[in-house]
Amino acid sequence: MAKPKDVLLDPIFNRNPIGLQILGICSALAVTSKMSTVVAMCLAVIFVITGSNVAVSLIRRQIPANIRIIVEITIIATLVIIVDQFLQAFAFSISKQLSIFVGLIITNCIVLGRAEAFAMKNPPGLSFLDGIGNGLGYSLVLLLVGFCRELFGSGKLLGYTILPTTNEGGWYLPNGLMLLPPSAFFIIGLLIWALRTWKTDQIEEEN
Amino acid sequence: MEHYLDILIRSIFIENMALAFFLGMCTFLAVSKKVDTAIGLGVAVIVVQTITVPANNLIYRYFLKEGGLSWLGLGDVDLTFIGLICYIGVIAAMVQILEMVLDRYVPALYTALGIFLPLITVNCAILGVSLFMLNKQGFGFLESLIFGFGSGIGWLVAIVLMAGIREQIKEDKIPAGLRGSGITLIVTGIIALAFIAFSGMIK
Amino acid sequence: MSRDSTTKILSVAFLLCLVCSVLVSAAAVGLSGIQERNKIQERRKNILQAAGLYQPGQPIDEQFRKIEARLVDLQEDAFSQAFDPTTFDSRSAARDPQTSHRIPGDEDPADIKTRSRYKVVYLVKDDTGSLQQLILPVHGKGLWSTMYGFLALDDDFTTINGFAFYEHGETPGLGGEIDNPAWKGQWPGKKIYGPGGEIRIDVLKGTVDRDAPDAVYRVDGLAGATLTARGVENLLHYWMGQDGYRPFLEKLQAQGV
Repeated sequence: MAKPKDVLLDPIFNRNPIGLQILGICSALAVTSKMSTVVAMCLAVIFVITGSNVAVSLIRRQIPANIRIIVEITIIATLVIIVDQFLQAFAFSISKQLSIFVGLIITNCIVLGRAEAFAMKNPPGLSFLDGIGNGLGYSLVLLLVGFCRELFGSGKLLGYTILPTTNEGGWYLPNGLMLLPPSAFFIIGLLIWALRTWKTDQIEEEN
Repeated sequence: MEHYLDILIRSIFIENMALAFFLGMCTFLAVSKKVDTAIGLGVAVIVVQTITVPANNLIYRYFLKEGGLSWLGLGDVDLTFIGLICYIGVIAAMVQILEMVLDRYVPALYTALGIFLPLITVNCAILGVSLFMLNKQGFGFLESLIFGFGSGIGWLVAIVLMAGIREQIKEDKIPAGLRGSGITLIVTGIIALAFIAFSGMIK
Repeated sequence: MSRDSTTKILSVAFLLCLVCSVLVSAAAVGLSGIQERNKIQERRKNILQAAGLYQPGQPIDEQFRKIEARLVDLQEDAFSQAFDPTTFDSRSAARDPQTSHRIPGDEDPADIKTRSRYKVVYLVKDDTGSLQQLILPVHGKGLWSTMYGFLALDDDFTTINGFAFYEHGETPGLGGEIDNPAWKGQWPGKKIYGPGGEIRIDVLKGTVDRDAPDAVYRVDGLAGATLTARGVENLLHYWMGQDGYRPFLEKLQAQGV
């Protein structure tokens, strides 16, 4: 049985869901142009992964084999709808910016992946920690990408001006590429390179 | 006619689901190693999308949206909040039915597509295209059919392009840390940048 | 009972659906009050922003107190008391044949098909009670969606003080640039009607030559989003024309508020 500390901390660097397994990339690319949307997305994802892990783990012995995937998806979809409703109630402008990507958490490979791979085989306590760990690993990557993109793309962080742009009478000429979606691809690619240079066991085999 | 052609071209080149909105990335990166598997997955995506996007369009207009149920006399009901579960349910059901139909009537295709069919249910591109379609108000059945079909083709184009490139760079020397996923992401980024050029295509 | 028996499958599925629907419905219904308020606040913020009066940080209700909502009857071209302006919903009125009229195809550049007879407009008055700005709701078809916005007119009813869309489904980065502050910043100071009373306001394809004499009637287009830009121009031409607010504005100009 895995140790709780490992379950919680592994997914952050050793087995980062985005860095190693390349899961959950879709949202990482699309919502990272501003830190405020990133933070909202990360909180939503952590809530959904943890909730679904715990729920699936609680009923894992009762789920019949041939409706397993659909049961997992239904639980995940329910949690996502609840998160969406709360976002619309308490963070209206952010929910408009996130638009369809909140709904897409349902198909976020990390959520379904952890439910299948971990929650189905482990007790609720450990599943809870696994959910938090993977959520944190995902958040770390998203926060880094969002940080780069917002800072270099618009000179701001969380809406506060750090590098005054030439548009506003400052000196910083914003890097327009950072505001375009492809920049997220580049940043994540470089992050993976850095991560694998640090933890060489994650390097893929030549084939 | 021009209206429909416009939707088709837009969904393939300008609003390419994989390269402009990054949907279906996980499978995109995992399956783009070889061109034939990429084509197989792409075809599966086209088929599933062409079926599910119009289906979801009908469900939204006649069941879920405010006033949608007026044909049953329930004009005041607004059920949009359970939309997400409905759409993913429709997708899962359609994929299941498609599997069974193919297995029975076109077994060669069924074996060729193999494990890709069930994987498609959780491909964010499929749900994503349905959600995008709903965002565009005023889409009727035919428009959503074309939109679903076009988006599928766009995704196929993207993944086959990627597979072609990956097969080519297999022989090249790439730094160890970048091997595999790292370089794939960077290449995808470059292709995505190139596709932005298409946005000037349609007036 | 074996894990995979049919009864088991059905009962698990049923129970799961029941629990999930209860949770989801509870969240939706419970939070709907707050969500409605959010939409109203958002609408008010948009009106304030179009008028150039919005101050972030101050409660919206406070700022909105200076603004008076009035119902306008577009058939009589006058203010009306037929409905309460704070609760009137012109979108459902546009769908109801009793309170709307179908626009003939060739008179419908904005492609909105029906127009409600009544619209809620907003008056901004200064401390002496005289009218400073008039804010008009406008809408029309863009490329993918119907775009809804507010147009703020100065007291000459032709100079634009602000123009902003609060709802649309145009493509982020392309047509969605109608939300870009740089593009929005072009509108204040532009004029809608020419000296002879004809509609002159236009969204160009490309950039406006600032030194040309008719630059005051022109706004830059949107790169890669010609159809959205055309939609903006069309909806302005419709709403500022004979079937829109124009007769009402002419009467208002003549009679005073």
